[in-house]
Amino acid sequence: MQQTPVQESQSTAPLQSSSLSERKRKARIKSLKSLVQQVLWWVLSLSLFIGLWELLSALGLLNTLILPAPHQFIAEIANQEQFMSLKVGVERTGANFAALTAIVATLTRVLSGLVLGFIAALLVGCLAAYFKIFGNLTLPVITLLAPIAPIAWIPFAILAFGIGDGAAIFVVFVGIFFILTLATVNTIRNVDQLYINTARVLGASRRQVMFKIILPAIIPDLFVILRMNLFAAWMAVLAAEMVGVNTGLGAIIMVGRQMFNAKLMFLGMAMIGVVGYLLDAGFAQIQKRVLWWKTTAQI
Amino acid sequence: MVEDHGTNLIMHTIICQNVSKVWGLDTPEEVLAIDRVSFSVEPGEFLVIIGPSGCGKSTLLSMIAGLEPPTAGKILHDGEPIAGPSPQRSMIFQQSSLLPWMSVIDNVAFGLELKGVNRKARHQRAEHFLKEVGLRSFAHRYPHQLSGGMQQRACIARALCLGTDVLLMDEPFAALDVQTRYQMQKFLLDIWQAAGKTVVFVTHHIDEAIFLADRVIILTARPGRLLESVTIDMARPRDVMSSEFERHRNLFVEHMRSEVVRAFEEQELVEMMDTRV
Ligand SMILES: Nc1ncnc2c1ncn2[C@@H]1O[C@H](COP(=O)(O)OP(=O)(O)OP(=O)(O)O)[C@@H](O)[C@H]1O
Ligand SMILES: [Mg+2]
Repeated sequence: MQQTPVQESQSTAPLQSSSLSERKRKARIKSLKSLVQQVLWWVLSLSLFIGLWELLSALGLLNTLILPAPHQFIAEIANQEQFMSLKVGVERTGANFAALTAIVATLTRVLSGLVLGFIAALLVGCLAAYFKIFGNLTLPVITLLAPIAPIAWIPFAILAFGIGDGAAIFVVFVGIFFILTLATVNTIRNVDQLYINTARVLGASRRQVMFKIILPAIIPDLFVILRMNLFAAWMAVLAAEMVGVNTGLGAIIMVGRQMFNAKLMFLGMAMIGVVGYLLDAGFAQIQKRVLWWKTTAQI
Repeated sequence: MVEDHGTNLIMHTIICQNVSKVWGLDTPEEVLAIDRVSFSVEPGEFLVIIGPSGCGKSTLLSMIAGLEPPTAGKILHDGEPIAGPSPQRSMIFQQSSLLPWMSVIDNVAFGLELKGVNRKARHQRAEHFLKEVGLRSFAHRYPHQLSGGMQQRACIARALCLGTDVLLMDEPFAALDVQTRYQMQKFLLDIWQAAGKTVVFVTHHIDEAIFLADRVIILTARPGRLLESVTIDMARPRDVMSSEFERHRNLFVEHMRSEVVRAFEEQELVEMMDTRV
């Protein structure tokens, strides 16, 4: 009789731990399953779309001069040297890497614009919140400039910076700078008073509150806003490349049109779709890292 | 009177003289939260401030912390008027105030970091206090990985790590379950007795007040006025089931009922008694 509880505790302990690892294993299998399922749906959805398209053009229902079938324009990747006709950002790499160079050129522009804009907006936003007079002087102007679409800045950018990287980076920069500056000021106002009071009670100066509390507290939120504006920046660069910058992914489409080569146009569009998706997915991964203390806390 | 004042300076750590606080002064939403409250705290004393919800306890405490200036009256700490927050008075809030982006040890050492103490030295000291509060093995976890009670203990460790003499505690255990709260109360008494700190502790639980306090100050419902100051001369550790405890409990209920009942509904008094330690 006395031994029963001991036996019970002995038998339940390994049972519990095994069921725990069992549950973990099951959870892993389950998440793997849902991933496989997701991939399957993607493949299914894509093949249905492409299959239908191919079928319609095989039946002769589509004018392949204007709307080429997928296998036709994807094959166009073999004729990369024709991108060279308008220098799609290829100077030294040679014709075989023309498509890759165009992708790199566009991505470099988007990313440099985003990084510069993020840093500048953080700086100006923090200064505006810290020095009241500076804020009062600058914020009204920034508020009025913010709604101007990045695309509207393209003509000015090309006049001011000429044809090239400078103009494209500038368009991305203005596209996010004003919005992000306003967001910075706004998120600073919404930082939990408890954190600020905690620091003050522990003896923090106003400067220390800014650097040790405000800054770490707002960066995750600002990153979310940056990501929301990613596509606007992406589109602005493509538009700039189409109308004046003359290199990069956007330019490929324009080259295609000028050469009456619909295959090239569609190849450019397909590349824009894929690269844009990958860019956003990359940012989502970074966001997970930056937001780790928020996301894990909410699960 | 002048002589009295002189001895006060030596005898008391914190003195509140006719302190009032009006929130939103000269606006339509003007609220008188604290109305001419005077009391003093002796060094090493465990003072509990009790009063119904919304009576201005947090307001009073944040004025002592220096986070808010009083509208009228004076607050002195060691004879000096309180002009702003100071590391000499640490505040422990009702919710955990650990910074979520820092590990537990960095949180505990944060006060020292602000002082410019180098990383190695401050971590060494923080580790000592983490051990003191039983969180050594959690040093490199993050706040959200800790239970509510652990988080509050880490907050206490942070205050101790800075070497503060006065702990201001605003219902620090109110968000915890009954079991944990009881553990935390015993833990706090141990710390207080071992370290010889002065504690000003705000609560709205009668049992918690009697269990912890050397002396209890009772505030009326809003605007908070000083209703009574009661010395609890029971030996520690106190037994909540003892007849002496029961006697004090009845005394408090009587005090608070006779004066406060007109200002707030029975409901709340019932609630205050209901949540025993
Ligand atoms: N920052 C503030 N601005 C304006 N009014 C405030 C502010 N803080 C508190 N008050 C008002 O002052 C009064 C007292 O609030 P306080 O938080 O001090 O009460 P409390 O006794 O701590 O209540 P509880 O037990 O619910 O914590 C309330 O009427 C509240 O609305
Ligand atoms: Mg309160």
